[in-house]
Amino acid sequence: MWPDIDTILLVIVMLVKVGVVTIILLNLPIPLTWLERKVAGHIQQRPGPMRVGPHGILQPVADGIKLIFKEDIVPAKADKLLFMFAPVVSLVPALCVFVAIPVAESVTIPYINKELTFYVADFNVGILFILARGGMGIYGIILGGWASNSKYAMLGGLRSAAQMISYEVALSFSAIGVVMMSNSLSLVEIVESQAGNLFDWNIFYLPVGPIWFVIFLIAGMAEINRIPFDLSEDEGSLAAGFFVEYSAMKFSLFALAEYTAMVTIATLGTLMFLGGWNGPVDIGIPPIFWFIGKTFVLIYFFMVIRFTLPRYRYDQLMTIGWNVLIPISLVLVLVTGLMRIYL
Amino acid sequence: MLIEYILFIIFAVIAIMSSLCVVTLRNPVHCAGYLIVTLLQVAALFLLCRSPFLAVVQVFIYVGAVLVLFLFVVLLIDVKKASMEIFKPKHRPLAYGVLAILLIETLVVIFVGGLEKIRLAAPGAEVKVETIGRELFTSYIFPFEIVSVVLLVAMVGAIVMAIDRRG
Repeated sequence: MWPDIDTILLVIVMLVKVGVVTIILLNLPIPLTWLERKVAGHIQQRPGPMRVGPHGILQPVADGIKLIFKEDIVPAKADKLLFMFAPVVSLVPALCVFVAIPVAESVTIPYINKELTFYVADFNVGILFILARGGMGIYGIILGGWASNSKYAMLGGLRSAAQMISYEVALSFSAIGVVMMSNSLSLVEIVESQAGNLFDWNIFYLPVGPIWFVIFLIAGMAEINRIPFDLSEDEGSLAAGFFVEYSAMKFSLFALAEYTAMVTIATLGTLMFLGGWNGPVDIGIPPIFWFIGKTFVLIYFFMVIRFTLPRYRYDQLMTIGWNVLIPISLVLVLVTGLMRIYL
Repeated sequence: MLIEYILFIIFAVIAIMSSLCVVTLRNPVHCAGYLIVTLLQVAALFLLCRSPFLAVVQVFIYVGAVLVLFLFVVLLIDVKKASMEIFKPKHRPLAYGVLAILLIETLVVIFVGGLEKIRLAAPGAEVKVETIGRELFTSYIFPFEIVSVVLLVAMVGAIVMAIDRRG
């Protein structure tokens, strides 16, 4: 029993999409590291990388070559297997997430009359899938921290475990808010529900939309371990946190996972709150460029925040999570629900 | 359906092997790692039953939250000491007894519990989240509420134990 031609075509198209997404994701950190260092430089009133290529544009390539040729050190008393495995564990879920992320509305290809969709899979539980899969990246951090057999790494791992558990609650609450506002768990339908002009976006679902967005941004930044919430790699008190013992390619896998997670949170914010690929005004720009533009704005925002705010203390971090974000979320769920019923 | 059958075999075999590792390995951190693998395979089995919601919830709650807390505790154990500990001989009859009861229970569920009457959704028809929600809050509202009370009891119990320890 052989599958018919349509099924084979479907599988091929899917494999091609997976390939394209993977290639884009694995190369995305190259421009992003350059941008991050430039942002850092300009905020601190210096030019940033300037030497390699025009305006230092080839700096990430030089960094990559350096990382490849560094000696790969495994600490003497480390748990060898887990130590090797941890960077992979942190990278794979970060990449997996993009299976469910749609980037533009589907188009019908002329002449052959086939529909081409801009996602690998549209689950009817897409938003849950992304949160669940993204949450798994934490194992890389915990296991890496433990396997290094170092006190600093261990403390960094434990810190981020507690931090991510706490902020995952707030992040999931903001997703609940979006699901209530858009009436669906599928990301494609969530974006479609925000079609129209600027005020149909979830962020302008007044009065709760903007508050949900702020909760999402704070919890998202904590979830991806970025300043002001990067307590797991606090160089002041923990050397470099969970990856203090990592070097060469293993280290760069962790960095890759971190950048991928940042892109994930930015795309999620775009899809859930900023109308996805819907433009604020119809001026003939293809939808996918709206999507990329909005995602880029969010990424840029994360970078500016990183070099603007100081790091929180650990107890402050926990207080913000449990005593501020979660109670506000609970009240907001109630308000959003009432609005859905009575408006 | 051949592909589904092959996938089922793969997931089931990995699940059984990794759960065997969970109970036989000496290092508690490795055990927790294999437990993650087992739970992921169970989530894959839910997907084969065409219930993506259950699969995702399985990953979300068990892999994403419960096991993180689990690891949190395990990491603080002295691994060398923990891996040396063995069941004391006088406790073994109890362990075998519990094992036998669990085995009988499983066999009863498999052969008498009417599992074969359960039908899968037709291929392509996924179980919708709305359906699960409606069923939970109408047909199964009583078990649902009972479960939430049980969880509440566990939570209160944990807090009471923590207070006792401190005082």
